[in-house]
Amino acid sequence: MTVVTTVALAGVVVAGLLCLLRLVRGPSLADRIVALDALLIVIVSGIAVDAARTGKGTYLEVLVVAALLGFVGTVNVARFIERRGA
Amino acid sequence: MSVADVVAGALILTGVALSVTAGLGLHRFPDVFARMHAATKPATLGLVLVLAGAALRMEQRGDVAKLLLVVALQFLTAPVGAHMVGRAAYRSGTELSAATSCDELARDDAAGLHGREEASRENG
Repeated sequence: MTVVTTVALAGVVVAGLLCLLRLVRGPSLADRIVALDALLIVIVSGIAVDAARTGKGTYLEVLVVAALLGFVGTVNVARFIERRGA
Repeated sequence: MSVADVVAGALILTGVALSVTAGLGLHRFPDVFARMHAATKPATLGLVLVLAGAALRMEQRGDVAKLLLVVALQFLTAPVGAHMVGRAAYRSGTELSAATSCDELARDDAAGLHGREEASRENG
């Protein structure tokens, strides 16, 4: 199981870096929100992989909060773009 | 290593592979809408696979309930969020990729089928 979770965490890191690259490069604000949303999903996946590695559910509350806050953030920035333009 | 562990490992690896392909898609695709297409796949299926794999490894039953709660929230919020981002991106005039062959929304807007006045009222 250690090998599997190590490979999975490496994949999570690669996916997070690719999302981060798009977040930095843009070019429009909508690109950045899409990248940030994907990055949050990747982070949630990473915490879940870590929970699977240890078998302990210490950080699982963080997943619930992150999923909710990510939605609120995405909706707010989307409304902001719609009012202001990209 | 039990059967549950093998299944959990396979689920986790599949979910993470989806996340990596989403990262690649975000990096390579030409415009916002193509990137959204790539990025919203792991938001539901990838996350569900990883969380199902984690649920098989949890020692306490309450932890599985928390994971189920995350899945339920994600299934409720991901489509709404993606819809709002897509609509905002289109209405704010984000440029489409040069390879776009057909923009039916623009055609219907030009024909007055969608009612721009409704959009402007919402924008206040």
